[in-house]
Amino acid sequence: MASQPVTPVGVEPLGSSWRIPPRAISPIVLLLLWELGSRTGVIPPRILAAPSAVLSTFLELLASGELLNNLMVSLGRALTGLAIGTAVGIALALVAGLSKRGEVAIDPPVQMLRTLPFLALVPLFIVWFGIGEVAKIALIALGVTFPVYLNLYSGIRGVDAKLVEAGRSFGLSQWGLIRHIILPGAMPGLLLGFRMALTISWLSLVIAEQINASAGLGYLINNARDFLQTDVIVVCLLVYAAIGLAADGVVRLLESRLLSWRPSFVKG
Amino acid sequence: MREQIPAAEPPVVRLRGLTRSFGPSPVLNGLDLDIRPGEFVALLGRSGSGKTTLLRALGDLDQDYSGELSAPTARAIAFQEARLLPWKRVWENVALGLKGAAPRHRAEAALREVGLAHRLDAWPATLSGGEGQRVALARALVREPDLLLLDEPFAALDALTRMRAHGLVEALWKEHRPAVLLVTHDVDEALLLADRALVLEAGRITLDLPIGLERPRRTDLQAFQELRWELLKALGVELAPASPARSEPGNVHLRLIDPDVATA
Repeated sequence: MASQPVTPVGVEPLGSSWRIPPRAISPIVLLLLWELGSRTGVIPPRILAAPSAVLSTFLELLASGELLNNLMVSLGRALTGLAIGTAVGIALALVAGLSKRGEVAIDPPVQMLRTLPFLALVPLFIVWFGIGEVAKIALIALGVTFPVYLNLYSGIRGVDAKLVEAGRSFGLSQWGLIRHIILPGAMPGLLLGFRMALTISWLSLVIAEQINASAGLGYLINNARDFLQTDVIVVCLLVYAAIGLAADGVVRLLESRLLSWRPSFVKG
Repeated sequence: MREQIPAAEPPVVRLRGLTRSFGPSPVLNGLDLDIRPGEFVALLGRSGSGKTTLLRALGDLDQDYSGELSAPTARAIAFQEARLLPWKRVWENVALGLKGAAPRHRAEAALREVGLAHRLDAWPATLSGGEGQRVALARALVREPDLLLLDEPFAALDALTRMRAHGLVEALWKEHRPAVLLVTHDVDEALLLADRALVLEAGRITLDLPIGLERPRRTDLQAFQELRWELLKALGVELAPASPARSEPGNVHLRLIDPDVATA
């Protein structure tokens, strides 16, 4: 008897199919407290909707197609801005990174502009582009350009000069050096920049959609705010979070594909 | 063997009055050197004596010299660090910049020669130091150079791996017969491999020592030891005569300790 493990009173060992991961316990408890608070009236629905209400609203919005339609509009904005900003960032970084004259011409103004918090440009963008789609996409593109430029540029400059010298001694042309040595060597920097760009594009989307929107997640949120529909607001916030998570997954996938030569990816 | 080469055959490398300066002081100072086709030359010298500067001029990595330099266009370098591109597989590294037909095929043949047929598709990050240097050798040899420049390629290898690498280099040299310039710190390496050992001092060649030992060479022969001493002397290493103190570490220890004891 004495050698048997002692089970504390009141704690029955759960069957393996019922086991809850320890890290999941406190979030679940919080959710339950939140639900309890809502049901007892401690948390009024105009302050914060109950989790169960959020879930049913989510299903409703999904069923009516409202959520998906607006999500597509938002995604379209973010991806357009991301594509433009990434292309501009890459082009600028290539010119600045690959030639001395390009560096002199491009790097100083870019370094000066990046010290501006780009979200502070919203009023100016509204003056320039109005409150339509152009202002939103321009804001996202601007925010994306800087991390792509900075990381790719320093990636190019950080390529080991000894490898470039070796490539030259093995007869690579200038273009061969760029293609085989400089660009692959700068790829980790580019991906780091792209990862930051994804986060920023999503963040600036949220800001841009506050400007004025007749469609999109921001439109849903703004509408919901006017009618104190906290359940709709929470649903949109959760969708924002889910998209951010998915974007991170995309970059991880890209990295494991494009950087498979890296020691951290190489197995055996 | 050196006598078998006709005297009329022009040297593959010819340097006259080669001078290269960094700032006011010349690193190479009016250096003259001939290397015959197929000759294996070792270049020794203390750090800062200009060995690498000379190799870089010969490898066309540096054009800011004055004087006369002629070297074959078919030349290849194996660097001290293997300098493999980590994002290219082993065979792609060897085939880098190769012109002509079937680069992959030729790269594979070269890798087979250095005993790496099983690592063709490996990433460089997975190679050991010795394997990396063998890839670097294959990458140099696949270019079929008339002049092979080796910049301390074995310095970072452990002793056993280095011995195997010596054997490999000698075999490859016998097979392909390029002229070789081996820059090294290691006197034994020079004596094991080279037809001729040069000592570089203050930008000039101060010793040009033919090594007539038969191959394969052994370090334990008297003739080897005598050449070794001669080279070391030229490099400014004064060898202590073999004294009883060397076999009794305690004596040496006491002698080193003495001054401290005296001051204490």
